Amino acid sequence: MPRFRAWFSRFFGLFSKKRRDEQMTEELEAHLELLTHRKIAQGMEPGPARTAALREFGGLEQIKETAREQRVWLTADQFWQDLRFGARMLWRSPGFSILAILCLTLGIGTNAAVLSWIEGILVRPYPLVAHQDRMFALNATTRGMNGYTGLSYPEFLDYEKNSTLFESFIVDRITGTTLSVGDRAERASGAIVSANYFDALGVQPILGRGFRPEEGTGRNAHPVTVIGYGTWKDRYGGDPNIIGRTQYLNGVQHTIIGVVPEKFHGTFIGYSFSFWVPTSMQETFDTTGYKLEDRGARWIEGYAFLKPGVTRQQADAELRAISQRLEKDYPETNRGRELSLSPLWRTPFDQAGNMTSTLAITMAVVFFVLLIACANVSNLLLARSLLRRHEMTMRLALGAGRRRLIQQLFTEGLLLSFIAAAGGIAVAYWCRNALVLSFPSPAAGIVIDLPGQIDWRVLVVSAAVCILATLVFALVPAIQASHVDLSGALKTEAGGVLSGSSRSRLRSGLVLVQVSLSFVLLAGTGLVLQSLQRMQNASPGFSTDIIVSGADLFSAGYNLERAKAFHTQLLDRARQIPGVESASLARLIPFSYGVFSSAPLEIDGYQPAPDEQLNLSYNEVAEDYFKTLSIPMVAGREFQRTDDENAVPAAIINETMAAKYWAGKDPIGQRFKLKDRWLQIVGVARNVNYENKLELPRSFFYVPTRQNFFVSNNLLIRTRETPGAIRNALTREVKALDPNLAPTAPFRVKEQVDRKGYTQRLATTLIAIFGAMAVFLAAIGLYGVMSYSVSQGTRELGLRMALGAGAADLLRMVVARGLRLTLAGIFLGAIAALLLTRLMGNLLYQVSPRDPIAFGLALVVMITVACVACFVPARRATRIDPVRALRV
Amino acid sequence: MGKEKPDLVYGTLDMLILKALQHDPRHGLAIADRIQQMSKEILHVEQGSLYPALYRLEAQGWIKAEWGTSDNNRKARYYTLTAAGRKQLAAEKEHWARITKGINLVLAGA
Repeated sequence: MPRFRAWFSRFFGLFSKKRRDEQMTEELEAHLELLTHRKIAQGMEPGPARTAALREFGGLEQIKETAREQRVWLTADQFWQDLRFGARMLWRSPGFSILAILCLTLGIGTNAAVLSWIEGILVRPYPLVAHQDRMFALNATTRGMNGYTGLSYPEFLDYEKNSTLFESFIVDRITGTTLSVGDRAERASGAIVSANYFDALGVQPILGRGFRPEEGTGRNAHPVTVIGYGTWKDRYGGDPNIIGRTQYLNGVQHTIIGVVPEKFHGTFIGYSFSFWVPTSMQETFDTTGYKLEDRGARWIEGYAFLKPGVTRQQADAELRAISQRLEKDYPETNRGRELSLSPLWRTPFDQAGNMTSTLAITMAVVFFVLLIACANVSNLLLARSLLRRHEMTMRLALGAGRRRLIQQLFTEGLLLSFIAAAGGIAVAYWCRNALVLSFPSPAAGIVIDLPGQIDWRVLVVSAAVCILATLVFALVPAIQASHVDLSGALKTEAGGVLSGSSRSRLRSGLVLVQVSLSFVLLAGTGLVLQSLQRMQNASPGFSTDIIVSGADLFSAGYNLERAKAFHTQLLDRARQIPGVESASLARLIPFSYGVFSSAPLEIDGYQPAPDEQLNLSYNEVAEDYFKTLSIPMVAGREFQRTDDENAVPAAIINETMAAKYWAGKDPIGQRFKLKDRWLQIVGVARNVNYENKLELPRSFFYVPTRQNFFVSNNLLIRTRETPGAIRNALTREVKALDPNLAPTAPFRVKEQVDRKGYTQRLATTLIAIFGAMAVFLAAIGLYGVMSYSVSQGTRELGLRMALGAGAADLLRMVVARGLRLTLAGIFLGAIAALLLTRLMGNLLYQVSPRDPIAFGLALVVMITVACVACFVPARRATRIDPVRALRV
Repeated sequence: MGKEKPDLVYGTLDMLILKALQHDPRHGLAIADRIQQMSKEILHVEQGSLYPALYRLEAQGWIKAEWGTSDNNRKARYYTLTAAGRKQLAAEKEHWARITKGINLVLAGA
């Protein structure tokens, strides 16, 4: 309590300073009067009595000042004083102030930008969704297989029904359609969701309603849809009577029953959804068939909300128990199946999982940028503190406490960093938009929504960063500055010497830090850029010049028979188009966002391990597929037109599959069983990349389209013509087959391949931007320090010149000193970089984290920068007239 | 920050002031007199240095002040010990006793 009272009294004292001052004067006066009176009573004359009393009392003003310090909330009072003084000092040296503020603005601003972005993704990824702290992603895995393996609808229902610790389970499966409103047709992304979706999320449609429980079940029984706010405004002109209108989605007329609020974009990081349909409509939106009753068809992505107070461990334990029961009840489909919870930021099926390492590295990089900026400002302050040494000495001599001096310098630093923080937030605001703009769009028609918002959390953290930065950059110079040897400093006002004093050691230390940090960033940037280049140049194993087109028969409502006829004729006609070298069909193109078919296999003559699930991915392709994509056949033949319903079911496997399941045997003519049919292997194809360039070699096979037909197929064309030129010819052919159809816009596979490298390119772009920024900052810092220390040594240089040293000798000496420092910094940086770049392993593609080229390049850049930073001021210094230099 | 006269052990002025106020409220001059008198003229308090200490104690809530009139009818500010001040005095006395005992033991040792 007393402490609180003291604080309160001081605080109060701050505001009633004047009144208290008056009272104090009055009290001291009363004391003096009493004393004077006593003297008079002892027999002194009034005049001398007063003088004696004053003498006995002591220095009145001094005592008043000391007393004031006791009562007033001193620090606050002094703080304002220091702040005003600091502002004046900054104003007086605008060059220094601008440079320091710029450095800090960059440092703090980039941190705030990246923080806001990370916060948006990791802390509360889904605007408007209630209880995100209890929301977890369902992570379904299979023993012996890597990564997320999906949930089937019956499994989902089993978990939902048998669990007790969960508030709700929701299905959220990303899908897409062609949305034609009026004469505008565009791809739109949406989600197949369970009927409880909007209720579980606590999202209330602003118009109409969400889904009713019964709308989740019944095969294709409930063609209803809830649309996004953007879609409503943009595509339907914000029609207030939209509810009840109908819209064709994938060839089925859907009734619009609701519009979600503006800020709700769905629950899939990185995407903004345009529409939602209930699970009952799964078949309409999935080209691979009806799956609601198929326990083996794993297509569901989803989330679960825990009941309040339930921990993730408890929930995981319950899910494990259910998984074990399911494994016993359905050994066929559920052997090795497991379900666990992932925090939202590690959601296995959206962009979040991909982003985490990117975000971590980006955060580390911007933190480095901040550190370098701090080192810069620290150096600037240190240099300036030398210029202000006279002022400091004077203050100390006049009786200022050392603590008081540090306090004042610290306040000046705080002022700097707060100005910079304000600027930084502005930069952050601009930056985050720029960052989002620089994100490549992952696929046509998909809106990327990465919510980066400057909210209070970001502001609080930025303020903390700001104070931390101040502590880092202002404290050391302040302590240094306050250590003035009074007698020495007053006697001589000697200019600094080039080396030797503890201050120059400190400055050297700062340069060391700067050089080493910059080196780490440079090396890292080099690695990432090199990896990006390799990745872009790396061949995925097939020709990426292939043009992809087709017609959206699914959205047009074609059934399988009509689609078969259409595709057969389209393929024939496409082959006749002038300039077309070859053409084929494929259900999925390589590097597609779609999911390859997969199913359990039974391989003739191969005994799987007890825990092994023989579940491989495959693609349905037509004849000439390998020729069109230039994938070499290692053995056997490629599919032919005759591999149709009347022929023996055929398959082509890749090298990895051949090596794994038919080791040492000739796989041609061997058999394996897929979906109750025995397939005969007719060929072995070279391994290629199927989904991205980072994937490891894996088993994969192909089956003929004509034996496994789907409504939707991609038309692949090998030609020298441009996509634009092909488009006209294709349009003609498609219109000839069905006047109501138009081909989808042709594009090259290369574009799709590039899109898939999206996260890597994003990370690389960011790291390159920040890396360049860091090098720029470090160069400024290095230059500043070097030129300053040279200018401080002017007297020494003049002396040496007067004693006969040549300009070349001096130049060499100064540059050599700078370089020695730089090399030491590089050495430290190289050690740190070797340790740190290992952590970037998963961002690198075919580049060793110790790549000599990246490290060598960093070395060259650093030394070049250091040379320039030393050479320019050194040259200026050696041109000085020695007589003038000595007189300084 | 203290500016006591060298003959006062640093940090003891607060304790002496509290002790001087133990029984009666006093004004500044009277406090100085009282300390001098109680110490049998050994301790002289520089009167000026009294006030910073008084304000500090007041801010801590150990003493409180109000205006009154002195014996010879002059205006003066009288300080009174508060309950918290009484506790503080007891604590400081105990602390002091321990320290001096320790110091004496050291000095008396062989």
